[in-house]
Amino acid sequence: MMPLETFGLPEIIAGIMLLALNAYVLTGGADFGGGVWDLLASGSSRDEQRSLIERSIAPIWEANHVWLIVVVVLLFSAFPPAFGTLGMVLHIPLSLLLVGIVLRGSAFVFRSYGGRAHGRQWGTLFAVTSLITPVILGMIIGAIVSDRVGVASTRVGTSGFVEVFVRPWLSAFTIAVGAFALALFAFLAATYLTLAADTDNLREAFRRRALGAALFVFVLAAVALALSFQAAPRVAHGVAGAWWSLPLHLGTAAAAITAIVALWRRRYRIARVAVAAQVSLVLWGWALAQLPYLVPPTLTLRDAASPRETLTLLLVGLCAGFVILIPSLRYLYHTFARASES
Amino acid sequence: MIGVRLGMSDLFAARTQMALSLGFHIVFAEIGIAMPVLMVLAEWRWTRTEDAVFLQLAKRWAKGTAILFAVGAVSGTVLSFELGLLWPRFMQLAGPIIGVPFSLEGFAFFTEAIFLGVYLYGWDRISRRAHLAAGVIVAVSGAASAVFVVMVNAWMNTPAGITLSGATISAVDPIAGMFNPSTVQQTLHMLLAAYAATGLAVAGIHAAVLLRKRDSAFHRAAFTIALGVGVPAAILQPVSGDLSARTVAAWQPIKLAALEGQFATERGAPLRIGGWPNVQREKTSFALEIPRGLSLLAFHDPSAEVRGLTAFPRDLWPPIIPVHFGFQIMVGLGTAMALVSACVLFLFVRHRPIVDRAWLLRLLAIVAPFGFIATEAGWTVTEVGRQPWVVQGVIRTADAVTPMPGLVVPMTIFALLYLALSAIVVTLVRSLVRETT
Ligand code: HDD
Ligand code: HEM
Repeated sequence: MMPLETFGLPEIIAGIMLLALNAYVLTGGADFGGGVWDLLASGSSRDEQRSLIERSIAPIWEANHVWLIVVVVLLFSAFPPAFGTLGMVLHIPLSLLLVGIVLRGSAFVFRSYGGRAHGRQWGTLFAVTSLITPVILGMIIGAIVSDRVGVASTRVGTSGFVEVFVRPWLSAFTIAVGAFALALFAFLAATYLTLAADTDNLREAFRRRALGAALFVFVLAAVALALSFQAAPRVAHGVAGAWWSLPLHLGTAAAAITAIVALWRRRYRIARVAVAAQVSLVLWGWALAQLPYLVPPTLTLRDAASPRETLTLLLVGLCAGFVILIPSLRYLYHTFARASES
Repeated sequence: MIGVRLGMSDLFAARTQMALSLGFHIVFAEIGIAMPVLMVLAEWRWTRTEDAVFLQLAKRWAKGTAILFAVGAVSGTVLSFELGLLWPRFMQLAGPIIGVPFSLEGFAFFTEAIFLGVYLYGWDRISRRAHLAAGVIVAVSGAASAVFVVMVNAWMNTPAGITLSGATISAVDPIAGMFNPSTVQQTLHMLLAAYAATGLAVAGIHAAVLLRKRDSAFHRAAFTIALGVGVPAAILQPVSGDLSARTVAAWQPIKLAALEGQFATERGAPLRIGGWPNVQREKTSFALEIPRGLSLLAFHDPSAEVRGLTAFPRDLWPPIIPVHFGFQIMVGLGTAMALVSACVLFLFVRHRPIVDRAWLLRLLAIVAPFGFIATEAGWTVTEVGRQPWVVQGVIRTADAVTPMPGLVVPMTIFALLYLALSAIVVTLVRSLVRETT
């Protein structure tokens, strides 16, 4: 654990980066989850389900997507060597992630605006890419925590192609993390959609889906944790051993149980808060387990940090930016709080 | 050194992928900068006149912009990652300095995306005033994002605010980096390019329709508003280009020599129009030469000395042919756009009708794509002309590229992706235009 006296600018910026990632997961992640439910839409209300998903995502997905850009930009501004390392070793999954993001975003607007002629084909492309992209995102995170990216980065040029550019991100553990991420996003989306729904029928449909997704979340979390003892001891032990570990675990469990009970009892507002808390705690747990590393076991936050001048300016810029951003976002969400009114 | 070990083809693939991505993104970026201005003007005319045609126009343009903006957003995302995927060593070096403008750009994107969402989907949800204000915010933040990102590019051309010790940066001053010697000229030129290219393209499309349906109120309104944005920008563009050229002359003499095809160092150098730079014989043949023109334009002194390419070692020469031709194309098209715009302006100040002149409508329809072609050409000049450097005088492109082998594969995939997207976007926009004709 990091001693308190070394808490400074790099840690603050890293904390903001994590908050941005958290925001991305809670907003953009749910948009991906929406795509999953579009793919799995079924039953008599199938078309209404799809239409609700589309109306809920349309006005906000581009703004939600910017959180990812903020994370990337902060990473390369504040921790350039980490960005370089990830870009190098994770070239393949990051490129796949991009292809997924591009196809998904364009398919979504083409479906909304391209007339009804090919609407369903675009819809399918949108849904399939919504399924694949979160898995890749999860795999990337799994690869980073498992130390393999850091190790591979020291072997560039000396080890073979597969060893450096494929192994780090392709393993049972990373796939489990990927699937876990997908399940979380789907859980988030279904829970949000219970609130956006404008008929009881639809609300029930998404309530059932949310409960089903919760089951997947638990199973996949258990699988990922079991695999982590071997593949990512840092997380396994970090999560299991440190002082913050117990409260964090209890918090996550409490949030998860609250979410399920609330869904069961149709307390959707509570469910939404609880799901969001659960997802955020998972993310913070991962980050705490990594400290003080950004890319374990080679790059610490401190080693990777940009010069002080840059970090100071970034912090000033971020504060100014958030002063504009937060009210704007509130306005956006407030304006479109109910998908049904349009 | 890394380039040699990998063989040139990986470096070449990386460059091609970067160039394709940027060349693709810039089209949507320009549209994303200028279309909100057009939409807002149409909506403002509507609030002023209560004429429903303007409302219809604003909504129609908004629909097109939604498609194009989304493609711009996803292609821009690709670019932010690509900086690390293709040029990790450039980012390790430059991150601390260019990160600040890029972060500010991030917030500009945020406001842009937020208020575009409000604008596109909020017609019935918020007051008219709030709606118009949302449009204005989109237009302003679009321009702001262009300014921030071009600051980065200006820094790559004329780096400032860093102290190098060996291969690493020992001190940085991001503010000085943002306000480097090219910032003002390049951002101005880029913004004008966006308004000129988009304004004249939209005007040209509606001019083509007006040729057949002279009295469609809808197309008249669209045509007039688009000209109002495109014409002033196209007229100012050569002036701003001259500022850019003089900055290049002062800070990047090799680039200047390459774009002019100037091999020998001479006083009173001529301005060459066209011509074929023969790199072996170190001479540009077949050009129309205007005596002393280059010295005059680049240094505002007809007998100023212009350093030619031969004054510099060959390994610092950029590829001469694309740079020279890129420049000729940009200036040629820019001159044509400025002349046609001058005609429009002349008729306008004389209170003469514009829509009724078939010859002018035809000219405008022909000029429609020029701005975008000029933009691609201009970026070729800037980027290829800076070679072999990514950051002028600081780090070479070959040393910045990723060690990842097999870069032809991602390059091909992204090339196909852009090709497919372009085809779809063209089809969608055509059907949108056709709906109104
Ligand atoms: C509508 C598009 C357009 C038009 C009509 C022009 N340009 Fe341009 N030009 C650009 C669009 C552009 C650009 C794509 O936006 C560039 C690339 C980088 C930049 O900042 O602007 C550019 C770059 C650029 C540069 C290189 C700057 C550098 O490398 O730092 C010069 C010297 C000029 N321009 C000069 C001119 C002149 C003398 C023009 C006279 C008509 C002209 N441009 C018209
Ligand atoms: C303002 C933002 C821009 C930035 C930060 C930027 C950055 C870069 C970088 C890092 C490279 C690779 C290294 C190099 O070859 O120098 C590059 C190459 C290139 N870029 Fe840009 N670029 C920008 C805008 C553009 C635009 C809008 C175009 C549009 C057409 C463009 C065209 C190219 C081309 C053609 C190359 C390849 C040059 C070569 O390798 O010969 N750039 N750019």
